[in-house]
Amino acid sequence: MEITGRVIKYGNNVNTDVIIPSKYLVYTDPLALAAHAMEGLDPAFATKIAARTIVVAGANFGCGSSREQAPLALKHAGVHCVVADSFARIFYRNAVNIGLPVLECAGVGSAVQDGDALRVNLETGLVEDLSLDLRLTATPVPAFILEIMEKGLIEYIKAKK
Amino acid sequence: MNIVEKILAKAAGRDRVAPGEIVEASIDKAMMNDITGPLAIDAFRKMEGTRVWDRNRLIIVLDHLVPANDAQAANLHRILRVFAREQGLPHFYDVGRGGVCHQIMMERHVQPGEVIVGADSHTCTYGALGAFATGIGSTDTAAVLLTGKLWFKVPKVINLILNGRLRPPVAPKDLILYLIGQLTADGATYMGVEFSGPVVEATSIAGRMTLCNMVVEMGAKNGVVSPDDKTADYLASRGLPATPFLTGDADAQYDQIIEYDVSSLEPMVALPPAVDNVKPITEVETVEIDQALIGSCTNGRLEDLRIAAAILRDRKVKPTVRTLVIPASQEIYAQALKEGLLDVFIQAEALVCNPNCGPCYGGHLGLLAAGETCVSSTNRNFVGRMGSPKANIYLASPATVATSAITGKITDPRTLEA
Repeated sequence: MEITGRVIKYGNNVNTDVIIPSKYLVYTDPLALAAHAMEGLDPAFATKIAARTIVVAGANFGCGSSREQAPLALKHAGVHCVVADSFARIFYRNAVNIGLPVLECAGVGSAVQDGDALRVNLETGLVEDLSLDLRLTATPVPAFILEIMEKGLIEYIKAKK
Repeated sequence: MNIVEKILAKAAGRDRVAPGEIVEASIDKAMMNDITGPLAIDAFRKMEGTRVWDRNRLIIVLDHLVPANDAQAANLHRILRVFAREQGLPHFYDVGRGGVCHQIMMERHVQPGEVIVGADSHTCTYGALGAFATGIGSTDTAAVLLTGKLWFKVPKVINLILNGRLRPPVAPKDLILYLIGQLTADGATYMGVEFSGPVVEATSIAGRMTLCNMVVEMGAKNGVVSPDDKTADYLASRGLPATPFLTGDADAQYDQIIEYDVSSLEPMVALPPAVDNVKPITEVETVEIDQALIGSCTNGRLEDLRIAAAILRDRKVKPTVRTLVIPASQEIYAQALKEGLLDVFIQAEALVCNPNCGPCYGGHLGLLAAGETCVSSTNRNFVGRMGSPKANIYLASPATVATSAITGKITDPRTLEA
C-alpha cells in the first residue's frame, strides 16, 4: 500500500480529546464526527485537509481515551495516512481496525515539515519526503496487520468466518 | 514468567509466552459503556453477529452521560438497552443501578488471573486485583462479542518497586502522579507496569485501583499488582469467588526494574495541559480555583469520600468555589449516605451528584467556562477535557482537592489547621 500526499504536521502527545472533543461523541454518523476532527487542537484543520491528506506527528499520537471516534473522524475528514514517531496503543489498534493507515516511523516528527510532499510505503516502511529529498525507513507493518488495515476488521473477520 | 506473561499464557492455552509474541487469548470478561458500546454493536452487526459469544461475560454500564442529558445521549442509552434485552444480558447496569463502569467491574465482576478487555481506556484499573485488563476500541470489542477472543502482543513489563511508606495525607494518587511525571506520558507505551514493594503491599485495593487506573497516562497497556492477602480479603468481603491467584515466578524477567523510595513524597499536582506535567505541591505557585471536583474512576471511592469528608467536616467551601462530589457507584453513594459523609458535604455547601463520569468526561454536569480553573481528583487535564479549551485543569488527590475547596486556591493538605 503506497500513499502520497502533502503533510499536515503536529507535535508530540496529540490526545484523542483534541482529535475529537467529547461533546461530539454522541454523534453516530462518521461524517458528523469528521466535521469536528482536530477541533480541539487546530481550528484550521478543516481548511488544511482540503489540499493535504497525510498527518505527521511526533511521539505518542492518539494518547488518552479509547474513543474509536478519533481515527474515524480523521479518516472521514479525508486523512489518508498518519505517520508518527510513535502511537498510543489503543489509537493504533483502532486505526488499523477501521482501515486508517498508520505507520510508526522514528524521527519523522522532526525531519518532515508542514506542507511537504510525502510518499509512504506501508509494506516496505519507506517514507520519502519529496520536498526535502529525504528518505526515512520505518519498521514495515506486519503482514496480518496490513491485511486488517486494508480490509478493516469487520471485513477481515467476515472473511475468516 | 512474570504475572502478565503467566496470565496471557494461560488465556492463550500455552505453557510459555515471551514479550513481543502475538497470542490469541480467550477473553474472560468484556465491558462497554454508553460512548463506546453503540459503535461496538454497530460493528458487531456489520460482522453479521447475531448472538454474543457468552452473555454472562459481557458487562454493559451506562456511565458517561447519566442520566441522559439530551436526546442524542438518550439514543445511545436506548441502543444499549435494546441490545441488552435482545441478548438477554444479565449484567446490564442501567441508570440508577450502577455507576462508573470501572467501579462496577471491581465491585462485582473482576477476578484475579482473568483477561479482561473494556471499551474504555481506564480498563487498566482491574490490575488492582491481579487481572490482565486493558482498554480497547469499539471494533475490537465487536470482535470479542463475536468470537470471545482477541490478539495481543505480549508486552514487555516494567516492575516499579516502591519502597518506604506513604505519609498521610500523601496518598496513592500523589504516588501515581509522581510516577507519571518520572516516566512521562509515553514512558511505558505498549508495556505492562507491575507495582510491587512494601508501599504496594501496604496499600488497600482502593489505592491499588488508583495506581493501576492511571498507567494509561504513561502509555501502558496494563497495570497490575500481584494478588495477596488483601486481594483475598477484598474478594471474601464482597462474596466474590477467589479464582486461583496467578503470580510471577521467582525468576520472572522484566524489561526494566525501577526502585523508588517514596517516604519523603509530597502531595503532587499535575498542571495543565498534560498529565505528566507534575510538580510537588510546594513548588506550585498560587492558583485560584473556580471549581473543585472529587470523583471518577480514579478517586470516587468510599475511602476518597471519607478523606474529603474528614477535611470538610464543620467547615464550608469558599463562597467563590463550586465543589462537586461524585461517588463512583450507587453502592458507594448509599454507604456514604449511611456514614453521614453526604451530610458533611451538603453542610459544607458542596454539591453531591449522582454516580457517573461527570465533568471528567467533558459531557455534562459541571463543565468549565473559558478562563476558569478546576482542581480535580480525576485522571486527565487535557485541553478541553472539561468544557472550554480555555479552562485549566489541575489534578491532585482527594485531600488536596478538599483542602483547596476550603481555601479557594490549590492548597497543601498538610497546611490545613485543625
